[in-house]
Amino acid sequence: MKTVRTSPHIHGALRTDKAMLFVILALLPSALWGVWAFGLRALVVLLVSIASALLAEYLLGLVSKEFTLRDWSATVTGLLVGMNMPPEVPLYIPVIASVFAIAVVKWTFGGLGCNWMNPALAGRVFVFFSFTSEMSSFSLPRVFAIDALSSATPLSAMKTAVTAGAAGRSTELLSGTIPVTDFALSISDKLGISPYAVDAFFGNVGGCIGEVSALLLLIGGIFLIATKIITWRIPVVYLASFAVLSWIFGGIPYGQGAFHGEILLPLFSGGLMLGAFFMATDWVTTPTTPKGEIIFAVGCGFFTFLIRYFGSLPEGVSLAIIMMNIITPTIDRFVRVKPFGYVKKPKKEKEVKA
Amino acid sequence: MKLATFRRGGVHPDDRKELSKDKKIESLPFPEELVVSMSEHLGAPATPTKKKGDAVTRGEVIGTANGYISAPVHSPADGVVTDIRKVRVQSGAVSDAVVIKCNPEQSNPWTEKHDWRKESPEALLSIVKDMGIVGMGGAAFPTSVKLTVPMGKEVDTLIVNGVECEPYLTADYRLMLEKTSEVLEGAMIAAAIVRPKRIVIGIEANKPDAATLMENTIREKNYQVEVVLLKTKYPQGDEKQLIKAVMNAEVPSGKLPLDVGAVVCNLGSCYAIYEAVVYRKPLIERVITVSGESINNPKNILAPIGTKFSSLIDFCGGEKDDAVSTVAGGPMMGFAIYDEDTPMVKGSGGLLVLPKLIDDFSAPCVLCGKCVQHCPMGLQPNKMFRNIKYGNYQAAMDLGLMDCKECGCCAYTCPSHLPLVQGFKLGKKMGRKKK
Repeated sequence: MKTVRTSPHIHGALRTDKAMLFVILALLPSALWGVWAFGLRALVVLLVSIASALLAEYLLGLVSKEFTLRDWSATVTGLLVGMNMPPEVPLYIPVIASVFAIAVVKWTFGGLGCNWMNPALAGRVFVFFSFTSEMSSFSLPRVFAIDALSSATPLSAMKTAVTAGAAGRSTELLSGTIPVTDFALSISDKLGISPYAVDAFFGNVGGCIGEVSALLLLIGGIFLIATKIITWRIPVVYLASFAVLSWIFGGIPYGQGAFHGEILLPLFSGGLMLGAFFMATDWVTTPTTPKGEIIFAVGCGFFTFLIRYFGSLPEGVSLAIIMMNIITPTIDRFVRVKPFGYVKKPKKEKEVKA
Repeated sequence: MKLATFRRGGVHPDDRKELSKDKKIESLPFPEELVVSMSEHLGAPATPTKKKGDAVTRGEVIGTANGYISAPVHSPADGVVTDIRKVRVQSGAVSDAVVIKCNPEQSNPWTEKHDWRKESPEALLSIVKDMGIVGMGGAAFPTSVKLTVPMGKEVDTLIVNGVECEPYLTADYRLMLEKTSEVLEGAMIAAAIVRPKRIVIGIEANKPDAATLMENTIREKNYQVEVVLLKTKYPQGDEKQLIKAVMNAEVPSGKLPLDVGAVVCNLGSCYAIYEAVVYRKPLIERVITVSGESINNPKNILAPIGTKFSSLIDFCGGEKDDAVSTVAGGPMMGFAIYDEDTPMVKGSGGLLVLPKLIDDFSAPCVLCGKCVQHCPMGLQPNKMFRNIKYGNYQAAMDLGLMDCKECGCCAYTCPSHLPLVQGFKLGKKMGRKKK
């Protein structure tokens, strides 16, 4: 007996569950770097996040009588939550974040494809505002070989300095607060860039487990673009709009004036790379049209800039992306593709009442 | 050299043409029985003129055209009408069909050549009409209607569609290689009818040998014809995409190619026009590619219209054990058939026996936007599908559902394997019903 189905009878290689596996694969280098830099404690945090996300997904699946672990989306959510945690975080925090992400943000709205906010980011923001002090105490990576808990990230240290009234470039503001590697110093001597930017690029800074190495995130992101799982539009436009805004206006709060903002350090530090390549490109919560994607990415860049430089928080990526997630349905409603052979409909003439 | 193409959307499926591209066209020995459907073409079905028990000769009219958009049907063989019954053709439509028992000896009355250059365009057009020529790319729109240029309209470009962008199919490619000058002469006849300013043959870049052969023959015969190489991208062979690639003009939604001054004629139809005008031979046979991973010997076959698909499969050495589906047409837009005794019609360009190529994966829509990026018509399949799913057919129509041509790019790329094309077919039907 032959199978009868509607055309097409062949299919492209892309598949939702395989795409999720590829995302995990792309995230792994950065996650492993985090584990190497911050020790086994970081691995425990990652595993706890993933396990609690999977458990939440499984239990809720029992309620709604679906088995959805196979699509790997819960694993991606769990991994992203874990990568957004400081390495020394108390273990109940990633559990709360994962469960909030899966249960409240995703399952309540109908599961995969129906959430209107990136679950992992929503989980992170939820615990960030609930446990702010635990979420903002970081440890230094292994290269510095000092056991210093509650070391600041470059971004938060700069924020603290500026709030205290200091002004200047990152090299002046951060010296003494944040250690630098000799390697970074030698490169910065040669190229004349901030050594902190070099350290942030290679992942020798304090921060969340998965966000420290901009280089490895970049490699993972390029892998995703090459495998056509994401398009270049969102990450490139997001990073570019943020870099341009930082350059133009970023110097103002630091007393440098317009067009003197730093670009490299803000680009490489904090969650920007992780956000631009892995969070802002989430299929479900971003616009579907190419034009919409660009609007979305510019919005992300703008809000990240606004929060980082003029808000009271050192970090803006997660809030910026969540804000644009909320606007996404509106973008999708109004930004349409121009259909092939589009004919503008003539406006109906208003009937004149006698 | 920069290849012409359409700008938006499209997909790049593996073309799998190597299975049958080097197989010469073979003639199928006459099967015992032919089932000739009266609904060979788009438009009104023909009216059968024969009764059970009547003798028919090869090329005799057995169904007369019924209305303007219709075409007559001719007997593909000498034989006796054994039955007139309802039959389901590949598209799923049910129509009357004349069942003919073929005689063991078959005549071939078409040997004398006619000089068409003396004929008027009107006379040529009426020959095309009487010989039952239809578009042989699949939709089977009557060619005479297509070649009728209304008063006051001018044809800028006549495009001969030799693109064959569907994977697996090689029937048009073989015609280009083996019947080069005949195809070109057919195109010149079509040009004599519509009198275009420019004649173009569009060929996809994956058939460079056919393009070279065409160019050489054109030079030899001193025709005013251009060969345009097109980027290998599905659906390059669709009428609207081809016009966009060759003329850089978009056919407005709901309008015909003539509105931008284009007439597109399938390459197989050009060959049929040649035979009809030069030999007065009606359209009673065509070249069909029988291919797929699960057929023993893929072939390009010249078979009479009305041949059952089962006889074609037998001629190709039968199917392998892993055969899962039989598809009439190409893999992107063809119809899966459940009854292998379904007869061939004038639009059947391919018959594929395929193993299991698509897994049973399914997931909800994840709003990835792949369908939007790949839709060659610039539609938003995700939104239309959602509306159709919830029975909101009018909303789907407002989003341009009627511009969808079911090319399958959206469903091909959908990572969640949503049955998008199935949804659009249903939506169109329901939407039309409501109006």
